[in-house]
Amino acid sequence: MTAFEAVPWAAGALDAEAERLIFERSSPGRRASSFPDGDGLPEVDLEQALPAGVRRTAPVGLPEVSERDLVRHYTRLAHRNYAVDLGFYPLGSCTMKYNPKVAEAAAALPGFARLHPAQPAEQVQGALELLARLEHALCELTGLAAATFQPAAGAHGELTGLLIIRAHHEARNDPRRRVVIPDAAHGTNPASVRLAGFEVTTVASSPEGLVDLTSLEKALDTDVAAFMITNPNTLGLFERNIARVAELVHGVGGQLYYDGANFNAILGKARPGDMGFDVVHLNLHKTFATPHGGGGPGAGPLVVAEHLVDFLPAPVVVREGPGGSGGTQGGPPEEAFYRWDGDRPRSIGRVHGWNGNFGILVRAFAYLLANGGDGLRGVAERAVLNANYLLERLSAAYQLGYPSRPVMHEFVLSARRQKSQGARGLDIAKGLIDKGFHPPTVYFPLIVEEALMVEPTETESLETLDSFAEAMLEIAAQAETDAHPLHQAPVTAPVGRVDEARAARQLVARWHPPSEPDQAGSDPADEGPPDKPTW
Amino acid sequence: MLAALGLDDVDQLFQPIPSDLRAPADLDLPRPHAEQEVAAELGRLAARNRHLDELTCFLGAGVYDHYVPASVWYLAGRGEFATSYTPYQPEMSQGVLQALFEYQTLISELTGLEVSNASLYDGASAVAEAATMAVTATRRGELLVSAAVAPRVRELLETYSQGLDIKLVEVGALDGHTDLDEVRGKAGDQTAAVLLAQPNFFGVVEDVAAAAELAHGVGAQMLVTFDPLTAGVLEPPGRLGADIVVGEGQGLGNHPNFGGPAFGFLACRPEDVRRLPGRLVGETLDTAGRRAFVLTLQAREQHIRREKATSNICTNQTLNAIAAAVYLAWLGPRGLEELGRLCLRAARYAADRLAAVPGVRLAFGDQPFVKELVVRLPADPAEVSRRLVDHGLLAGLPLAGLAPGLEDGLLVAVTERRTRADIDRLADAMAAVLTDLGAAGGGAAGQGREPAAAGGDGRTGGEGVAR
Repeated sequence: MTAFEAVPWAAGALDAEAERLIFERSSPGRRASSFPDGDGLPEVDLEQALPAGVRRTAPVGLPEVSERDLVRHYTRLAHRNYAVDLGFYPLGSCTMKYNPKVAEAAAALPGFARLHPAQPAEQVQGALELLARLEHALCELTGLAAATFQPAAGAHGELTGLLIIRAHHEARNDPRRRVVIPDAAHGTNPASVRLAGFEVTTVASSPEGLVDLTSLEKALDTDVAAFMITNPNTLGLFERNIARVAELVHGVGGQLYYDGANFNAILGKARPGDMGFDVVHLNLHKTFATPHGGGGPGAGPLVVAEHLVDFLPAPVVVREGPGGSGGTQGGPPEEAFYRWDGDRPRSIGRVHGWNGNFGILVRAFAYLLANGGDGLRGVAERAVLNANYLLERLSAAYQLGYPSRPVMHEFVLSARRQKSQGARGLDIAKGLIDKGFHPPTVYFPLIVEEALMVEPTETESLETLDSFAEAMLEIAAQAETDAHPLHQAPVTAPVGRVDEARAARQLVARWHPPSEPDQAGSDPADEGPPDKPTW
Repeated sequence: MLAALGLDDVDQLFQPIPSDLRAPADLDLPRPHAEQEVAAELGRLAARNRHLDELTCFLGAGVYDHYVPASVWYLAGRGEFATSYTPYQPEMSQGVLQALFEYQTLISELTGLEVSNASLYDGASAVAEAATMAVTATRRGELLVSAAVAPRVRELLETYSQGLDIKLVEVGALDGHTDLDEVRGKAGDQTAAVLLAQPNFFGVVEDVAAAAELAHGVGAQMLVTFDPLTAGVLEPPGRLGADIVVGEGQGLGNHPNFGGPAFGFLACRPEDVRRLPGRLVGETLDTAGRRAFVLTLQAREQHIRREKATSNICTNQTLNAIAAAVYLAWLGPRGLEELGRLCLRAARYAADRLAAVPGVRLAFGDQPFVKELVVRLPADPAEVSRRLVDHGLLAGLPLAGLAPGLEDGLLVAVTERRTRADIDRLADAMAAVLTDLGAAGGGAAGQGREPAAAGGDGRTGGEGVAR
């Protein structure tokens, strides 16, 4: 392994030098922007137009760069970033599948990108038809009744769903205080529970890595508003007792919430609604292949059972004309009229300023059309096959966090053995960077020691899976002989391991001109635990 | 691959799913489509919409038709940014991390506050996050919300308040701006924060400094939702006493996108940084002593702190924030100022032209504004807008149902993209439509400026309305 081995994205001749900040490229008098001179518009005296107390007093500290500088700067920054378009990204629970480009082209059409959200319904029939048809497909795939597209991300969907559950109980004069979640849950689950005004009760997993029915039963009473769970769960295991779980939760009057983070595993193969779930959020930026954008935008539509439809955020899209009114189905869509229905007295209200991340919904709809029902089933099958194949190849060198197999779309290894040899999960992750791969999720779920959570997705080829497996096995062999080099990794990336403690201890959250000191400060407690979950 | 697993059918891998829980085979889903069929169908749907290249847009109310330079999505749309995940592995994510660090600096400059996070979902949810911060900081439960904050934002606050211990108290607007006497009367030792919009929903520029003084006088925080595109002509709220400044970032290089994706921003003072929601990028060093960037203060966040996190936010709107950074660097300080002046010139010209249309009056003609204004029409604004579409115009947002006392109001937005000819066309077409409707006789031409507080008591909302 040398620093200039053929790592496709990492520091070659082009990127070895750090890129200065855009502010450090600034040169007085340069600019990229140009504006018309407003020919014919009367000049305005700012002092006369705006009172002294609100009028700007000093120039804003934006950089002064030419368009050439601007393009080179961000192109160079792009060269210092890994992405699905560059290679394999087996980040567990994140479903980093390939993002088809026809969806990008569709979302960029002026008929979608240049629509104002306050335009009246008669001007946006194509957009509303798209929403209605996507809603119908999501209802089919989840086995539920209706959806809202306002949530901009999965966690936003969680909050929306929990507020609906809250409204449901309150409407029955049966307010409840607690929401139960498994100890393997994503961190967003407990955080959303608290934002929705509930208390969190955590239940332990069974030795098999599934919901422990006895613990669940003990946690359930008539103060429980809901039980939230992913299925397959965060260990990549299908909760085979889910029907019993639903019975127990419904038995105390609770609602069953499906965190759709792992929906890719069962797409078209099994439906949360059939398992007894009442509320489902989906992550279209995972399952429906919309690009993750370096941390968004995503889309977290929420789909609910019939008895919760009235509580959905208003407005909702309804269809009128041939094929019946009120629903979204029946008859050719172009003969229908779609409109927003905001007259929803039991609605929890709005959770987004407008209609959610519509541009992401356009991409998801393109993905739906491209695959069709058969294709989506194939997605789940290949995702599960790829995960089991990769697990089989890695199981000689790495232990499985929980022994149950087959897994679904992902699996959680434990680097216990490598840790005893001196290489921790983080060292393995950083070692993978030098081999040209994005690492798996490390240190999550919390219930697995030295967790490495691997999700290959369906879009990777056998050659890619094999080369990743080889890299993982080489790292395991390295740990066995001498773990020391792994502690130095990565050495081929644009930067080596970064000092996270320093970032938290001496907070520098913005650039200042050399003459201005930083104002912020913090302390080491802000950094979080050393082996925090890292996706 | 199946052979390597000792299987002969992929369905064997789905054996953990009980057979009675398998999906029916006859789901009502589309058939698979070839790429050209997908493109054609999406093209058909897009063609059923009348977009802003077809209609001249005076519609605003939070989403504006600002120009998006060619370089913005040429760069932000690059696969290295668009197809990466949240930068949890800093060594292979320096591009996104540095772009976000620059974004944070730019937002800090626009808002006048030291610390910006790395983006939120949108402007409305950013207000709710700011309210949560203020409630935690002050340990008080009441939020005074101006009736001149956009109705959508207030609706969202109400939704979020169902789960949080926040009581919303509305403060009325008087002659288009927040009634500061009512703020003085309602602010007290339970007030966590006072919330204003700058400029407000009616386009009027608020006296942020005076409101901040009232808020601080009772130990409350000052929250402002700010239109960053006005920062070339307006003083940043952070320099006028605001403790938290949030806003909708759509106009910063993002297309209207039918309402999303765009992004929300949030900036605060350094002493509030531990209550900050969402991602934050910090500068540090790598093992070789080189400058590097990394997500920091993660102990605030859901994946570490779980139910004790400052927010539940995980995926946010990073790519839209990167687009904003590119846009602001494109703009530069002089571009921002020119943009602000151009909007102001166009908006004032529009005000003069519309006020000269027989029967049309400016609702708040004596108040300062920078790119948006309310006109009162002598006919139903929804009907007038509908007819103006035939002239190729999106005239604005009818205010009936959105602002009590302004049922005859139309909210008109004028960005740098609107030329004198566009504005002339709006005024002339409006005059023609009003004549057709037989509604032009009410007022004399050139008499359209309404004196302050005329037309009822000039109040909009508020006055004892508490929820």
